[in-house]
Amino acid sequence: MKAKVYVTLKKSVLDPQGKAVQQALSSIGFGSVKDVRMGKYIELDLGSTTAPEAEKELKAMCEKLLANTVIEEYRFELN
Amino acid sequence: MKFGVVVFPGSNCDYDCYHVLKHVLGRDTDFVWHKDSDVSKYDCLVLPGGFSYGDYLRTGAIARFSPVMDAVRRHAEAGKLVIGICNGFQILLESGLLPGAMLRNKSLKFICKYVTLRVEETDTPFTRRIAKGALLRIPIAHGEGNYYAEDAVMESMHKNRQIVLRYADADGWITDEANPNGSRGNIAGICNEKRNVFGLMPHPERSSEAELGSSDGVKIFRSILDVAEAN
Repeated sequence: MKAKVYVTLKKSVLDPQGKAVQQALSSIGFGSVKDVRMGKYIELDLGSTTAPEAEKELKAMCEKLLANTVIEEYRFELN
Repeated sequence: MKFGVVVFPGSNCDYDCYHVLKHVLGRDTDFVWHKDSDVSKYDCLVLPGGFSYGDYLRTGAIARFSPVMDAVRRHAEAGKLVIGICNGFQILLESGLLPGAMLRNKSLKFICKYVTLRVEETDTPFTRRIAKGALLRIPIAHGEGNYYAEDAVMESMHKNRQIVLRYADADGWITDEANPNGSRGNIAGICNEKRNVFGLMPHPERSSEAELGSSDGVKIFRSILDVAEAN
């Protein structure tokens, strides 16, 4: 089973990288872009496991290591 | 008083810390390898600056799971002293031994320069040889020193007087202009509630000898000695 994990800064946390990218987009003519949030995309091969087990494990992985929940939020997809 | 300087793969200020403790202050100091699990002979552990584990994923995020960190946690829980400098501070945040987290500098730039710090609290083992409100000139060198904690955490740190160092201007005023990285409340260094764990982004080990431009940093290390010698 494979998983895709997305980690982004919480909405309440200022994202200086996203802001810089937004300004760059604006300077090349994409001024209509309202907001840019940068994040991380992580692919995992979980081996053979069941979906409920994988979900439980992924949650633990995100909480413990993949995301820092003080500043970040995460979501994942299984397939 | 025995010091242990923890060496992670990618630490690069370990020798500077060792030099100051061993040669400038003349104290018994060892390097502690990140795979060691017994730190019981040390009174104070130093987590030095650098780029542990390449800062992969997040600064300090992988180092936090080094075998030595379980021992560091037990050492801290026993009330012994831990000081984390720069990357060491980031590791303490990731491990939950100190509250909050680090974001990229607001400017997105790596900043390496002298800053002025105002000493806000002096009833910590790390600042008790320094006058309250004193200004220290100590350099910073980081890309991710933009301290963040949510409102409730900021309030509780205020209440418990855990904010030990703030970035200030040359006259000691806490201003936005004096904030090099966007840290909330101009925070440069904090301690835990028990006051035995201290993390700071500036590098006191790089400013502990006058020949290097400032010896203000040694005041922090000397404060630690006072405590141990009083015990």
